[in-house]
Amino acid sequence: MAEEKKLFKVTIDNITIEVEPGTTILNAARMIGGDVAPPAMCYYSKLKGSGGKCRTCLVEVAQGSAADPRPMPKLVASCRTTVMDGMVVKNITSERVLDARAGVVEFLLINHPLDCPICDQAGECHLQDLSYEHGKAGTRYEFKRRTFEKHDLGPYIQLHMTRCILCYRCVFVADQLTEKRVHGVLDRGDHAQIATYIEKALDNDFIGNVIDVCPVGALTDRTFRFKNRVWFLKPVDAHRDCPKCAGKVTLWYRGDEVFRVTARKDYWGEVHDWICNECRFEKKKTSDWVIEGPTNVSRHSVISANHYVKKEQPKELLPEIIGRNPKLLMDIHDVSEVNKPTIHLSALPGPAHSDDFNNNGVSSK
Amino acid sequence: MGRKLLLEKAHVPGIRNYDVYRREGGYAAVEKALKTMTPDEVTEQVKKSGLRGRGGAGFPTGMKWSFLAKPEGVPRYLVCNADESEPGTFKDRYLMEHIPHLLIEGLIVSSYALGSNRTFIYIRGEYAWIVDILEQAIAEAKQNGWLGKNILGTGFNCEIYVQRGAGAYICGEETALIESLEGKRGNPRIKPPFPAVKGLWDCPTVVNNVETLAAVVPIINLGGDEYAKIGVGKSTGTKLISACGNINKPGVYEIDMTISVEEFIYSDEYCGGIANGKRLKACIPGGSSVPILPANLLLKTAKGETRMMNYESLSDGGFQTGSMMGSGGFIVLDEDQCVVRHTLTLARFYRHESCGQCSPCREGTGWMEKILHNIEYGKGKMSDIDLLWDIQRKIEGNTICPLGDAAAWPVAAAIRHFRDEFEWHVLNRQECLTRNYGLANYATPLPITA
Repeated sequence: MAEEKKLFKVTIDNITIEVEPGTTILNAARMIGGDVAPPAMCYYSKLKGSGGKCRTCLVEVAQGSAADPRPMPKLVASCRTTVMDGMVVKNITSERVLDARAGVVEFLLINHPLDCPICDQAGECHLQDLSYEHGKAGTRYEFKRRTFEKHDLGPYIQLHMTRCILCYRCVFVADQLTEKRVHGVLDRGDHAQIATYIEKALDNDFIGNVIDVCPVGALTDRTFRFKNRVWFLKPVDAHRDCPKCAGKVTLWYRGDEVFRVTARKDYWGEVHDWICNECRFEKKKTSDWVIEGPTNVSRHSVISANHYVKKEQPKELLPEIIGRNPKLLMDIHDVSEVNKPTIHLSALPGPAHSDDFNNNGVSSK
Repeated sequence: MGRKLLLEKAHVPGIRNYDVYRREGGYAAVEKALKTMTPDEVTEQVKKSGLRGRGGAGFPTGMKWSFLAKPEGVPRYLVCNADESEPGTFKDRYLMEHIPHLLIEGLIVSSYALGSNRTFIYIRGEYAWIVDILEQAIAEAKQNGWLGKNILGTGFNCEIYVQRGAGAYICGEETALIESLEGKRGNPRIKPPFPAVKGLWDCPTVVNNVETLAAVVPIINLGGDEYAKIGVGKSTGTKLISACGNINKPGVYEIDMTISVEEFIYSDEYCGGIANGKRLKACIPGGSSVPILPANLLLKTAKGETRMMNYESLSDGGFQTGSMMGSGGFIVLDEDQCVVRHTLTLARFYRHESCGQCSPCREGTGWMEKILHNIEYGKGKMSDIDLLWDIQRKIEGNTICPLGDAAAWPVAAAIRHFRDEFEWHVLNRQECLTRNYGLANYATPLPITA
């Protein structure tokens, strides 16, 4: 008789959840969702061995477990640390974590070209999201940034090494999806680079997936390059009967034209099923596909800023984490007469103007 | 004159050869261990001896051995870390070059204790000639029945292999060493799992420093309790110190950890004082990655006690006013040395050696080097000093392996103790190119900003 598996109780940012033993802190936090989930630039749940490198997911373990309540002295990489029963983790409630994370974001950006305006990844770039959420507005780096030449890795993929954050995801993809990896990391330290050593094309049937896993714009789709901005496109789920892969994809439309095909991604930006190069690069006609309907747009990036039918709202967990409603920096009603509840802006015939109000904040009309 | 255990016979003519080594009482520890002791008894003796890892961290060796997982049917490995790449540390080279059989003997005894039938020496690529010395020693030991199958009729099999690295500092980190030994890129692994559970080819593995494994020989010969009587407190036995810098007699010295730092620097038996009659400015007591100490804090602790050459005394006061024993690379700076330039040299080294796997170390080490370069060459700003402090703070403790810490500590200590010298560089942009700051005010420790 199979024994009932004991679940581990773990508290992350004051929210307690029960998870299977062997779950990582990051995955437990993702089950809670919202702001509790630490950002992850290198971890990819579908790639074995990934994670631990970027250090953006560092969290503080305030209590190791119920049996051994000592805190862990260092911040730990939540993507590679498994939970213990009774573990207490601090993510956004820990000053140390936020400080270290801001440091990591700064480190990731000092050699990044910040060429978002001309980068195809802009709008769906994890580094962009990360710097908006955890970075600082300015930089303290005043030196020349590291640059590399652009390289075409075969007919489909372009490598823009200058943008790379060395997450190793594409290396894992090549290791785990293809028979023989022909690219990897050369050199070390801040001059390390993804390369094929001798100019080689990446021509495996599934190598196109490196574009989907790349968190930044280092590996881009040559068939889509400079064609359109992602936020002008409408993602639509579709499938076809593909002999090589599952054939479940997202088509990105503008008007009637399919601009690109990608694998379907989940809330955390990870693909559901790997797709083959043929589906990704060759099938760009609506007639090739069976349309299922609009894609759930769930990441809070600019893609979701347009009006989509299926837009998922991120979870609002802040009141639960801090135990009260967050205090607003300023209540707009205290300082602005315009928004005084006594005035019904909708009653005004045209746009509101200061002439419309008298000194008491009452509409003069 | 302190007691010598490792280098006692190192200068006997021909000790590199098996016959001389055997005549001088070599391989007695193997005989004693294999014939009269069980593997657990050997481990017990090492535990009793209080031997601490000589590679830098100072973790108790006996404890490390007892953590080794021993699942049925899975081979266990012992790996000797001879990837000695820390700037200022050259004790293992000396030991392997002069008395290679001592290491081989220690390896056989340790392999017996841990149940490792295949033992590896991972040696840095630059020590090319030492590979030949070790290979010869292994061949001689095998010829005489100390290695191979059924050693001394006990049924214990052991082979030792020498593997050359390609000259990466990071491969001295134990998990990076294991990766490199497996034939992969030398990137440190994320721990846990620790090598004691999943190491070389996913089998339980112990990685020990050359000196640690050599010290197993006197421990078995003397007995753990007797060995523990040498030295003081938790710093038992003898330690090899490789002294270099502005001293009269640079070289490798074996000390029994009861002498003071002052005696070590100034006595004729050891370093023989500062070269050219100059004065002592600062010293790095344990290899390039440990914090630098100014002369006043080096000779006396913050409490006013005399600082001794042992693990506890050197780390007295934490990083605020102390340092670490580290790997025993004793680097002495005289009054003419520039701390900024010296820190720049170290920062450049760590930038070059960072493996590039995790972001704080990869990007931070390069950034620190660039800022230090600016300060050293008269282009620095006052805010750069605080920026350096902030960068090192964000690297330390946030990386996968200790290389990040090792890169951050020298910078932190230099700013902590020699901030006036950094400021002088910023304020005197022309002068700092032609003249050194010298000794002025170096002895005044500054209040530490938390």
